[in-house]
Amino acid sequence: MQDFGQAFTLAFQLIVSADPTLSEIILLSLRVSLSAVTIASVIGLSIGATVGILRFPGRGALIVFLNALMGLPPVVVGLLVYMTLSHAGPLGWLHLLYSPTAMIVAQTILVTPIIASLSRQVIEDLYREYREQFLSLGVPPKTAVAALLWDARYSLLTVALAGFGRAVAEVGAVIIVGGNIKHVTRVMTTAIALETSKGDLALALALGLILILIALSVNTTVSLLRLSASNSAYA
Amino acid sequence: MPSDLRPERVLTDAAQPLFPLNVHQLVYTAGTQRLIDGIDLALEQDSRTIIMGPNGAGKSLLLRLLHGLLTPTEGEIRWGETPRMDQARQRQALVFQRPVLLRRSVGANLRFALKLRRYTRAEREERLRHILELANLSHLVDRPARVLSQGEQQRVAIARALVLEPEVLLLDEPTVSLDPASVEVIEELILAAHRRGTKIILVTHDRGQARRLADEIVFLEQGRIVEHSPALQLFQQAGQPQGVAPTKHIPSPLEGEG
Repeated sequence: MQDFGQAFTLAFQLIVSADPTLSEIILLSLRVSLSAVTIASVIGLSIGATVGILRFPGRGALIVFLNALMGLPPVVVGLLVYMTLSHAGPLGWLHLLYSPTAMIVAQTILVTPIIASLSRQVIEDLYREYREQFLSLGVPPKTAVAALLWDARYSLLTVALAGFGRAVAEVGAVIIVGGNIKHVTRVMTTAIALETSKGDLALALALGLILILIALSVNTTVSLLRLSASNSAYA
Repeated sequence: MPSDLRPERVLTDAAQPLFPLNVHQLVYTAGTQRLIDGIDLALEQDSRTIIMGPNGAGKSLLLRLLHGLLTPTEGEIRWGETPRMDQARQRQALVFQRPVLLRRSVGANLRFALKLRRYTRAEREERLRHILELANLSHLVDRPARVLSQGEQQRVAIARALVLEPEVLLLDEPTVSLDPASVEVIEELILAAHRRGTKIILVTHDRGQARRLADEIVFLEQGRIVEHSPALQLFQQAGQPQGVAPTKHIPSPLEGEG
């Protein structure tokens, strides 16, 4: 327990002193995960809106498939991205392996099904409510999609948050495609794994605390936004 | 792409008259049940048509079929010379029993509808201002539509329908469970629209409302029209001991409104 207490004290010192190594890892983590969530949101919301609104053969199977993809094992995604980006792989010529870009690609693949699947449900529910009114008013499809995305924005923000949570906490895929290279691809989760194995519990703990703090901050912000929207009947 | 999301290539062709509305042998089935069972109906433009009948008679269903929200299983609905239902629908507006309002302000709800037509910005704002005054909603323009009372929400829904100046206004029990003051405002909006030449087709259970608004009454039972008469005649008959309508719950003039 003494080691645990010491680790906590050191962790707080690292945080308070804004340790450069710690800061670098945090900033890279945020850059990678926010980039991945942004790209995944564009792709996932498009898929979610399309599947949520349109009726076509095989739609049910696609929904089941999307839902199943939400549970994609990160290491499997990491392995597939690794094989694709390695020198012998089809995209090896891009030389992206062991770069933050590769990590963004892996996280995007992990997060896109989450955003697509959850946003599909949100948009489908809202469309069920609006459908007859839109039809009566003669709302064109593009306008309908834009209106649904806008009116569901607070719910969709929560969906993006779920995606961010998955991305920022993920370790299996990024360690395979990023390699946990110091100053290049070391992010919070891979650093925690490494420092723990090395026995440097202080840095690992500091990173862990910050990870929790980030998750809490984002959740709190979105909850407050939703509450405010709900109070004004916009959510 | 489902038919309801296909872009409507032809918008409005006001040169083609919407009336008379002719409904021929209309059938709508759900499973094996004939919810609308062989309706023939002809309506002219100038009258206020009230559709009445017990729960489950098919009133709301008929309204949706007339507006083209549902496709008939059999039969035909023909709005004047207009060849396609989507063309006819563009010149109509439907107000639902439970108002469907966007998660936006009152003004934004109305602007959303106005932007669907090719009005200039100045025209949109002018129409918006006018309809808000007419519906007594000017003071609520920036309020989120969904925090309003039920009566106010229904007024917003009717204002949104009227701001596009439809030739036909279809209303599905628009005043159900509203207080008398809200009912009065909504009925005045309906009458004002009719005075401007809008055809009114209204579904209601409220016999008093039918007496106040109806020029003619269509009475449905089990998906069939059992009476289609001028309102005055029907109410007079219902008031007589041997009247034709007691089984159809048509009110006597001596009955209270409600």
